[in-house]
Amino acid sequence: MILGQFLLVQTLNGLSFGALLFLLASGLSLIYGVMRIVNIAHGSYYMLGAYIGLSVILRTHSFALGAFSGAIVIGVVGLAMERIFLRKFPLQALPQMMITLGFALVFRDLALLIWGGDPYTLPSPVFLRGSTEISGVIFPIYRLFVIGVATVVALSLWLFNDKTLVGAKLRAAVDDHEMAGGVGLNVPIISGCMFGLGAFLAAFGGVMGGPIFGVYPGLDFELLSLAFVVVLVGGRGSLKGSAVGSILVGLVDNFGKALVPELSYFTLFAPMAIIVAIKPTGLFGRD
Amino acid sequence: MGEIRKMKDLFASKTKLIGLILAFLVLVVLPPFYTSYWVTLVTQMLIFAVLAMSLDILMGYTGLSSFGHAGFFGAAAYVTAVLTTRYKMGFLVCFFSSVGLTIVISLIFGLLVAHATGVYFLIITLALGMCLWGLAFRWVTITGGDNGISGIVRPNIGLPISLKDPITYYYVILVFFLICLILMAIYVRSPFGHSLKGIRESESRMRVLGYNTWLHKYLSYVSAAAFAGFAGVFWAYFNGFISPYEMDLTASIEIILMVILGGPGTLIGPALGAGIIVFLKNFISAYTQRWLLILGTIYILTILYAPQGLMNVLKDWIKGGQKKAEAEEAEAEEAEAKEVS
Repeated sequence: MILGQFLLVQTLNGLSFGALLFLLASGLSLIYGVMRIVNIAHGSYYMLGAYIGLSVILRTHSFALGAFSGAIVIGVVGLAMERIFLRKFPLQALPQMMITLGFALVFRDLALLIWGGDPYTLPSPVFLRGSTEISGVIFPIYRLFVIGVATVVALSLWLFNDKTLVGAKLRAAVDDHEMAGGVGLNVPIISGCMFGLGAFLAAFGGVMGGPIFGVYPGLDFELLSLAFVVVLVGGRGSLKGSAVGSILVGLVDNFGKALVPELSYFTLFAPMAIIVAIKPTGLFGRD
Repeated sequence: MGEIRKMKDLFASKTKLIGLILAFLVLVVLPPFYTSYWVTLVTQMLIFAVLAMSLDILMGYTGLSSFGHAGFFGAAAYVTAVLTTRYKMGFLVCFFSSVGLTIVISLIFGLLVAHATGVYFLIITLALGMCLWGLAFRWVTITGGDNGISGIVRPNIGLPISLKDPITYYYVILVFFLICLILMAIYVRSPFGHSLKGIRESESRMRVLGYNTWLHKYLSYVSAAAFAGFAGVFWAYFNGFISPYEMDLTASIEIILMVILGGPGTLIGPALGAGIIVFLKNFISAYTQRWLLILGTIYILTILYAPQGLMNVLKDWIKGGQKKAEAEEAEAEEAEAKEVS
C-alpha cells in the first residue's frame, strides 16, 4: 500500500513536471523543426515569463493577468528577436544559435539586475490552493490544475496543427522548407509567428510553474537542457514527440530525484543515450 | 613578378616576426616584473588558451561545435581535486587518473555524438555536458555539491622548485602551454588533421573517398576532450578550488566565444581569444557585476560584425595590405613602361 502511494505521488509529481516541460519543449521543438534554429534563449523565456508574472501578480493579485501578461510580453520579445536579428541569417544554424546564446546571457543578467538573486515562489490562485485526496494520497490541487492546463494546450496545439489551414502550412514548412516557399507559402512569416508562439508558450509555462518550482537565477539553463533532452528523445519538430518526451523526462527526472537524489540529473543520461543510440532522430522524429 | 613575391613574403613574415617578438616579450621576458595580479591573470590566460585550442580541434578543424566542452575540463579538475584533498595523491597519479577518466568519459560520450553533424551535434553535447554538471552539482558526498572542493594544494613535481610561488607556477604553465601548442599544431598539420579539415568541408565527399568519417570524428572528439582534461588538471592546482560553476553551460559558452572571437581553425586565434576573454572578465569584474550582459553583447556583436573571428579578420586585413602593395607596384611598372615607350 505504501509502495503504491509512493508510486502514485511520484507519478503525479512527474506528470506535473512533464506538463511544464511540454509547454517549454513544444515551442523549442517546433522552432527547431520549422526554422532549424536551436534557440538557447528558450529557457530564458520561461524564466523571464515567471519573473514578469510574479511582478504583475504581486501588484494586481490576479494570477490569470500575470500569466497572460508574462506570456504576451515575452511572445513579443521573441517575435522581435526573430524579426530584427535572426532574420539576418536565414537557415544558417550556427550564427543564429550564437545570437540566441548572446541573448540568453543578456536576459539572464537583466533578470538578475531587475529581480535580484533571491529565489521567489509565485503565489498560486486562491481557489486552487489546498489539497485533494486521491485513493488515500494527499495531493496539491494546483499540480493537477497544471497537468490539466498543459493537456488543454497540447490538444489545442494538435487541433491547430492537424485540422486548420495554418497548421497545414506549418507542417508543410516543417517537412520541406524550400518546397513550401516554392508553392507560395510565406515561410518567413510562418517562421516568425512560430517563434513568437514558442516564446509565448514558454513564458506561460514559466508562470504556471512558478507556484510549484519558483523562479531563481540559473533556472533558465537548467530547464533548457531538460527541454533539449525532451527534443532529443521525442524527435525534432514533432508535437507528439514533445508530449511523449516531456512525460518521459518528467517521470524519469522525478523518480531519479526520489530514489537516487545524488545522481538525479545523471539518471536522465540513460534514457537519452539509449534513444539517441538506437534511433538518432528521436521517437517520433523524421530526418 | 619576383619582386612582388618577395614583398609579399616580407610583409607576411614581418607581421609574424613582430607577433612572435611581442609574444616572447610578454610571456617569457617580462613576467618577473609583473605585479602578482598580472602574473595570476596571465597564468589563467594560458590555461584557458589550452582549453580554447582543444575546442578548436573540434570546432575549427572538424567543424563540430561542442556545447559541453567545459564538462571535460571540470571532470578532470574534480578528479584532481578529490584525489589531492582526500587521498593526498601526488602529481603523476592525479594527472594520469584525471586525464584517463576524461578520456574514458569522452570514449563513451563519443559513441553517442560521433554520428551527428551540425546543430544536432550541438544539442547532444549540450545535454551531455549538463549531465556532467548535474553530477558535480548533486553528487554531494563526492563533489561537495554547490560548495565545491577547496584546499587543493599544488604538488611537488620532483624538481627543486616550489610551485607555491606564483612566478614559478607561471613558468611551469608556460612550458605546459607550449608543449600543448606544439602537440596540437603537429596534430592538426598531420595527415589525420588534414582529413579532419576535409570532413569539415564536406563529410559526404570524404566518405566517398573512402575515409571512415565516423572514426575520424570520434577520435577528434576524444582528443579534444583529452587536451581539455590537461587544462583541467592544471586549473585545479592553480585555483585551489573547483565548483560546478566551472563546468556549467555558461562556462562552455565562454570557451566557444574564445574560439569564435579568436578565429576557428587557427589554434593561435582561440588562444588569443582566451586571453581577451579572461582579461575582460577579470578587468570588468573589478568595475561592475554586469559581466554576463557584456559577454552576451560581445557575442551578438561578434556574430553581426566579425563572424570569421579576429584572427581571420586580421589575416584578411594583412592580405588586403598585400593586395594594396601589389596594386601599387603594378601601377609603378605601368608608369615605367609608359616612360620607356
